[in-house]
Formats: sequence, structure tokens, C-alpha cells
Amino acid sequence: MENFTPVSALLGGALIGLSVSLLLLLNGRMAGISGIMNGLFSAPKKEEVWRGLFLLGLILGAVFFQLLTNNSLQLRQGYPIALIILGGFLVGVGTRMGSGCTSGHGICGIANFSIRSIMATMTFMLTGMVTVFIIKHLLGVA
Amino acid sequence: MKTNLVALLAGIIFGLGLALSQMIDPNKVLNFLDVTGNWDPSLAFVMMGALAVSMFSFRFILKRPAPVLESGFHVSKQVSINRPLLIGAALFGIGWGMSGYCPGPAVASLGLLSVEGIVMVVAIYAGFFSHRWFARK
Repeated sequence: MENFTPVSALLGGALIGLSVSLLLLLNGRMAGISGIMNGLFSAPKKEEVWRGLFLLGLILGAVFFQLLTNNSLQLRQGYPIALIILGGFLVGVGTRMGSGCTSGHGICGIANFSIRSIMATMTFMLTGMVTVFIIKHLLGVA
Repeated sequence: MKTNLVALLAGIIFGLGLALSQMIDPNKVLNFLDVTGNWDPSLAFVMMGALAVSMFSFRFILKRPAPVLESGFHVSKQVSINRPLLIGAALFGIGWGMSGYCPGPAVASLGLLSVEGIVMVVAIYAGFFSHRWFARK
């Protein structure tokens, strides 16, 4: 557990909690990122602008962090791109079928005491852990 | 107009949170999911930090008749634990474990000019559109 970073994790998490609270209090929206991404190309036109701006903000947040910390975040190198392509596809299909991802179910849904979201979160945590076990320990990939 | 500014600001704060907590780093996420290996519980602490704020704030926010800048709340009223929910969540978890990215960090990593992030976001949209196409049939 030498990579465990509890303080920055809690503080970063609190920022995420602040973000979802602001979006709900002011705009009445749940900050589920997969839903916001999906709606970017499917919601009515006037619905698309705030979605685009929220996603732009996500990108800018990462840029600002790099500027403030002298590029402290490093990119992962050499990870099999096939796992990203297949994984991304499954994330897309799965979050639409299951109506949410880590932010929508795991944070907003649980904060709203939704049993549905608690079940979804337990499910994707479990299959994520099993997948990593298979890929890393059984197959020895990555 | 104001709601658009709020969305941009909320996105920036969310992105800063993902970067500060290093959840933007797919290896950090995979180390959380790797419970039998060199386990890193940080992701659980990110969720605890986020939930500590949001569980508290949502209770007060959702007691209001309406949000500050809009006429009503857009909150899911679905309650049933059904097959699409569980199968969808299971597929999402498999994709998450394969890649190390969920949607938020995938988008935020575009700010790091991550090639993986670009591929991931395109693949996620391919998944969205495939789901829509199948759902129509």
C-alpha cells in the first residue's frame, strides 16, 4: 500500500462533492458524467450547451492542475491499446444500459440514498476487480 | 447564461478534484481494483470525500422546491433493481477494469493531451451509439 494517498484523495473527493452539489443546487442537475457525455449529441440543442461547457470544464480543471503543479501528472506509457478500445466500448454500452457510471451512481446516486445506485456501484466495483484479477494475475497482461 | 457558467465552473472543480486525487491516472484506479495485488485504497477515500460533502448537501438541496436557477430538479425517479441496471453496471465494470478509465477521468485526461484518453473517449461514444442503435431495434 505504499502508493496510498489518503489526504489528496479525501481533498480531491471533497472538490468532486462540491462540484456535484453546485450543479444540483444551482442548475438542478445530477453530475453523472456518462449521462452528460451521452446527452452532448442526443439532447435538444439548448440542452447541449451546458453539457459541452461542463465537459470543457473537466478538461480545463486537469489543465489548470498541471499548470499549478508544474506538470506533476505523468501519462501512462505502453498500455495495450486494444484494452482501451474494448474497455471504452464496454464503458459506453454499460453506462447507457445501466443508466450511470462512477459519478452518477457512485456519488450522486448514493448521496441521494438510491438503492438502485448502491446496487449498481457494488456491481461495477465487483466486476472491475474481477477483470483486473483476470487480466493482471491470470493472464499476466499489463 | 448563468446556468452555462455554473456548468463550466462545476466542470472545472470536478476536473481539479480528479487531478488532485490522481483519479485521472488509470494506474492509480487499476491499483484500487487490484485487491489481490499491491492494493491502493485511495479511490475509496475519494468516494468518501465526495460523499461526505454531497450526502450532507443533497439533503438540504433536495428539500427546496426548485434549484436556484432552474424551474425544477432533474433527478431520476427510477427505483427498480432490474436486469438492464445490473447487466449494464457489470459491463461498465469490466470495461473500467480493462482500461482503468471511467467516463470522468477519460474526458479530463484530454487536458493532459493523453492519446489513451482520446482513444477512450471515442470508444465510449462508439459504445453509446451502438447501445442506441440496438435499443431502437
